[in-house]
Amino acid sequence: MWKALENISAFYANPTRFMNLAARLHAPLWGLALCVLAYGLFRALTVPEDYQQGETVKIMFVHVPAAWMALFGYSFIFAASVTALIFRHPLGHVAARAAAPIGATFTLIALVTGSLWGQPMWGTWWVWDARLTSMLVLLFIYLGYIAIWQAIDEPTRAARTAALLAVVGFINVPIVKFSVDWWNTLHQPASVSRLARPALHADFLYPLLIMGVGFLLLFFALTLTRMQMEILRQKLRTRRMLGQ
Amino acid sequence: MSVFWALCRQHMVLAWRGGHTTLAVAFLFIGVTLMPFGLGPELALLQALAPGLLWVVLVMTLLTSLDRVFQADYEDGSLDQMMLMPLPLEFVVLAKLLGHYIALVVPLLLAVPLAGLLLNLAPAHLPMLLLAMAAGSPALVLLGGIGASLAVSVRRGGLLTVLLSLPFYVPVMIFGAGATQQALAGEIDATRLAILCLFSLASLLAAPVAMAAALRNAVR
Amino acid sequence: MTENTMPKPQKKFLPVPYAKPADLQLAGVACTRGMRRLFEGVSFRLKAGDGLALYGPNGSGKTSLLRQIAGFLPLAAGTLSIADKAPYGVHFMGHADALKNALSVGETLAFEAALWGAPKAKDPLLDTDRWLTHLGLEGRAWQAVGDLSAGQRRRLALAKLCLAPRPIWLLDEPMTALDEAGRHLVNALAGAHLAAGGVLVASSHVPLDFTTDALTLGAAA
Repeated sequence: MWKALENISAFYANPTRFMNLAARLHAPLWGLALCVLAYGLFRALTVPEDYQQGETVKIMFVHVPAAWMALFGYSFIFAASVTALIFRHPLGHVAARAAAPIGATFTLIALVTGSLWGQPMWGTWWVWDARLTSMLVLLFIYLGYIAIWQAIDEPTRAARTAALLAVVGFINVPIVKFSVDWWNTLHQPASVSRLARPALHADFLYPLLIMGVGFLLLFFALTLTRMQMEILRQKLRTRRMLGQ
Repeated sequence: MSVFWALCRQHMVLAWRGGHTTLAVAFLFIGVTLMPFGLGPELALLQALAPGLLWVVLVMTLLTSLDRVFQADYEDGSLDQMMLMPLPLEFVVLAKLLGHYIALVVPLLLAVPLAGLLLNLAPAHLPMLLLAMAAGSPALVLLGGIGASLAVSVRRGGLLTVLLSLPFYVPVMIFGAGATQQALAGEIDATRLAILCLFSLASLLAAPVAMAAALRNAVR
Repeated sequence: MTENTMPKPQKKFLPVPYAKPADLQLAGVACTRGMRRLFEGVSFRLKAGDGLALYGPNGSGKTSLLRQIAGFLPLAAGTLSIADKAPYGVHFMGHADALKNALSVGETLAFEAALWGAPKAKDPLLDTDRWLTHLGLEGRAWQAVGDLSAGQRRRLALAKLCLAPRPIWLLDEPMTALDEAGRHLVNALAGAHLAAGGVLVASSHVPLDFTTDALTLGAAA
């Protein structure tokens, strides 16, 4: 099976072949993503009201999947960077670069929805809750990664430096999560309640999973589109350099 | 081995002569001085916040000093030479960071009690604070070095170094500053100190490899 | 200099012959910078005593080839083999002279000796004076490197070549900024190096006296 995977990935290392594949996948992927999201939103909005938190708990259906995608996004960047660095697959850099702003946006969505969700409970727009704090640090990790691409002029060097950061920074994510969790449990003032997750019985669980799948498909659709854009941009740059 | 110490000594000499040590200590004091202007001169408040504030200012001082560690060598061609020296690049990096530590971090740690005076730091908190800083500062220098080595080819990459290093600093700061917050007068918070030492040790093993990879990439 | 033969190495420069004679071979080496292929199909073999001059217009890849041999830049194609390569057997002298302005000339020499693993001298002070005289920097032991002229800096950059003998020298435009005396110095050093069994590759815009062979890049473009 590994050999088959290797062959497939080597086959698509050629940008032209990849673009052909991407063109074929583009419409179906977007269509599927939007359909699943629509269905998920429908299920989410028709879920019976929670007696504790009322309507606001519905934000959870955006907040939680967004948080999942924030973490998934960085794992994707890590995997793509490893593929690019160690297996020398040329599309690894393209994939990682494409996914970064998307992951960062999901992180931002998670933060904003988390803040909106908690505001009625806390009375303020922000608390240093463990999850929100971890998300905030994750946002800075994304921003640092994106900053490297912008700061280094030469594309190949930028790609390798960014990949190095992604690989080295990946181990930091669980460490940050662990540290922030510990920090938060000690500093928790009694009056502030955390973003309480309602008991996940089936009524809540299924819409949540559907939204999760929808967000995942959206992530891949967006990343694929951005990869196509990036490859076209590179082609344009090469043509300009050769004076065509 | 003598190559290692020669590199270390060279970096220390350059740091002293370039005024980096004085600059760093001055930066520490300036940072601490800004705090009362922002928070108000009430001594009780400052005393409550002092350990955390000192940690923040120390971290900021370290970060701003770290981006020059490798960049000067990158700019004048010494980085090329370092790759050819009879010492693996990982050890070259360690030698430079050790020089940086002795030349900059030790004076900073010595200056912390004085700076704490400005913030009315309770004398009972001082031993724990210094112990935590001493235990965590190797981690800070090594992890900051990773950010510095990634940003080495960027001119004026100081801000980039800070942005790249900060996520790595969060765990160290949580345990470092937390060590003082929780400790009662004279009591040693052994768990946190142990974790800080663990961070420093882990950084010592992992960071040089990452830094050497980043520097080799920059030299291409 | 009007002679075409290699200058005879003067007695004071004669180093101990290299224990393992150098042997550098490139076959079909290509180089890519950014997205441009700079050159391809570069092949040559240098045995003990061979000196190769690299000529070519700006941007033809002379520096890149030197950096590939030094190991800084990977090869886009081809092979590079250094026979009997003791680790760290290469000296690279690039455009940037890798000198620290804040140090004095004497300190620079002392650090270079330590950093390159030069054998310890019996009397360091005496040694410093000797090297300074060799390099044409007499009496400047206490002068800050930052105060030296460009030519003097280049001379000081040659110090590591003398202090730590290594069989392979890679010199990027070694005659830059040097006056006639400086060029004599480089010729003498290179001549002694080759006589001791070393090899060197030097890029240049002017013809070099100490090389035995030449390769022009970018000629077929």
